[in-house]
Amino acid sequence: MGRVRTVLGLLLIGGVAIGRGVSAQDLVADLSHHLIAITTEFTGTAVTLFGTIEGEGDVAIIVRGPSEPVTVRQKERVAGIWINSASVTFEQVPSYYSVAANQPLEHIARPSVLARHGIGLDYLRFPVRGDLPRMVSPDREAEDPEEITTMFREALIRNMQDDDLYIDDLGVVTFLGPTLFRATVEFPANVPTGQFTVSVYLFRDGDIVTAQTTPLVVSKIGLGAEVFDFSRRHAAAYGLVAIAVAVFFGWLASILFRSPR
Amino acid sequence: MQIYLPIAEMSVNLVLILVMGGAVGFLSGMFGVGGGFLMTPLLIFIGVPPSVAVGTQANQLVAASVSGVLAHWRRGNVDVKMGLVMLFGSTLGTLLGVYIFGVLQRIGQIDLVISLSYVLFLGLIAVLMLIESLRAMQRRRRGGATARRKLHKHNVLHGLPLKMRFPKSRLYISALLPCGIGFIGGLLVAIMGIGGGFFLVPAMIYLLGMPAIAVAGTSLFQIIFTTAIATFLQATQNHTVDVVLALMLLVGGVIGAQWGTRAAGVLRGEQARALLAAMVMVVCVALAWDLVATPDEPFSISVAQTPGMR
Repeated sequence: MGRVRTVLGLLLIGGVAIGRGVSAQDLVADLSHHLIAITTEFTGTAVTLFGTIEGEGDVAIIVRGPSEPVTVRQKERVAGIWINSASVTFEQVPSYYSVAANQPLEHIARPSVLARHGIGLDYLRFPVRGDLPRMVSPDREAEDPEEITTMFREALIRNMQDDDLYIDDLGVVTFLGPTLFRATVEFPANVPTGQFTVSVYLFRDGDIVTAQTTPLVVSKIGLGAEVFDFSRRHAAAYGLVAIAVAVFFGWLASILFRSPR
Repeated sequence: MQIYLPIAEMSVNLVLILVMGGAVGFLSGMFGVGGGFLMTPLLIFIGVPPSVAVGTQANQLVAASVSGVLAHWRRGNVDVKMGLVMLFGSTLGTLLGVYIFGVLQRIGQIDLVISLSYVLFLGLIAVLMLIESLRAMQRRRRGGATARRKLHKHNVLHGLPLKMRFPKSRLYISALLPCGIGFIGGLLVAIMGIGGGFFLVPAMIYLLGMPAIAVAGTSLFQIIFTTAIATFLQATQNHTVDVVLALMLLVGGVIGAQWGTRAAGVLRGEQARALLAAMVMVVCVALAWDLVATPDEPFSISVAQTPGMR
C-alpha cells in the first residue's frame, strides 16, 4: 500500500506524499502554465495555481527559483564616505522565493514546522560560506555569530524584497468552496531563468499532512534567447557584431543627416 | 512600450531609453565628449546593473563617435596622426583598466571606485573649465583687441624625448604626451564606462596645446577605437554588452549627435565650455552626495562566484 501511494504521488506531477495514513488525493494542485517564456515584450507575468484538498486544512504555496551563492556587503562610514566593509556569503540562496497561504502562517503551523521546511520569509535559513566577519561595526566589536548571521540574512531578504524577487503575499490563496482553492503567483520582469519548484503544503492541526512539488521552467524564448545564447557561445563574434552594428548606425546617421551644401 | 533586455535581464521603457540616448547624443555632438559620463549614471539609475551599463555604454559610444567624427571629418577637423599616437596609449590603458575592473569587482569595491573616480575627475575638470571659460568671457567683455594668443606655451612637458611632428595641429612635441593622455583615456573607458572625452578635450587643449578646432574631432576619432576595443573585451570577458539596449541608445544617440554638432556652430566656444563645465559639476555633486549621505539601506547583495569557478 505504501509503495502504491508513493507511485501515485510521483505520478501526480512529481508530487510527494508524506502524510500519516492519508491518501495522496488529499491534495491535488496544478499550474496554469509550466513554462514562463521570457520574450522581448516580457514585463513580468502571473501564474495561477488551482487545487483541491480533501477535508479540512490550510494551504501554503512556496515557489523557489534556482539557488545561487549570494554575497551580502555592509556599508560603513570611513572618512566621511560610505564604503563596503564587512561581507557574508550565503550558499543555496533561492534567486526567487514567494510564499502564499490562505491565512497568516503563524495561524497555520508551529514555528518549528515552518522553520524545518523553510516556509515563510522569517523562516528562511541559508548556510554561510567561510568565516563570519569578526567586526560588524566599530563600536560593537565581536558580536554574537548568531546575531551577525541574522543581521546579514535579514539584509539579504530585504534587498531581495526590494527587487520584487522575494514575495510575502499571504492573502492570495483563496478557497472558492470548502475544498477548491486558487492562488496567483507573480513573477516580475527581472525574474531569473531556470528550473523553479512550486511546493504546495497541506496543513492540519498545525502540522504538514501532505505536500506536492511541481516544476516550473522560466526560459528565454525568441530573439532575446537567441541573442543571449549567441553572446555566451560565440562571445568574440558577438562582440564584433556589436561593434559592426554600432559603426554602421553611426555612419548611416551621418549620411542621413548630412546637411546639403 | 516595454522591451526586455536579454543581457541585462530586465525590461525597460523604449521611449525613455530613446529620449535618454537622444539627449546624451546631443551633448556628445555639441561638445565633442562621448557623453558616457552622463549615460552610465543614468542607466544605473533606471536599474540597469552597473557592469552591464558600463559594457553597453562602450558599445553605444562607438556609434555616437563614428557619427560625430564624420561631421568633424568633413570640416577637416581631425588630426589622424595625433589620434593614432593617442590610440597606442589608450589600447594599453584599456587592457590594464579591464584587468583592474575585474579585481575590484571580485573584492566588492568597484562601485566605490567608479563613484570616487567620477567625483575626482569631474570635479577637477569642471573647476578648470569653469575658470578658463569665465576668464575668456571676461576678456571678451572688456572688449578691445584681445592679445594674439601664442599657439601654445612651452613648459617642462615639451622637454620629453621622442619628439614628433604633427603638421595638422602645427605641433612639434614628444609622442609620449599624446600617448600618455591616450593611456589615461583608455583607463577611463574600461573602469568608468565613458569615452573619456571630458578628460581628453581639456588635456589636448591645455597639455598638448592643440588648436581647439581640431580637438573635438580628433578625440572622437580616438574614442571610436578605444570604445570598440572596450566593447570587445567586455563582451568576451564579462558578457556585459547588451546589444538590444545599445541599439536603442544608439538610435537616439546618433540622431541627437547630429543636432548637437549643428548647435556647436551656433554657440561660442567659451559659452559651450561653461555650459559643459556646469553640467559636469552637477553630475559630480550628485555622485558626491551619494557617497557621503547616509544610505537608506546599508547592505547590498551580489551573486557570489561558485568556488572553483572563475
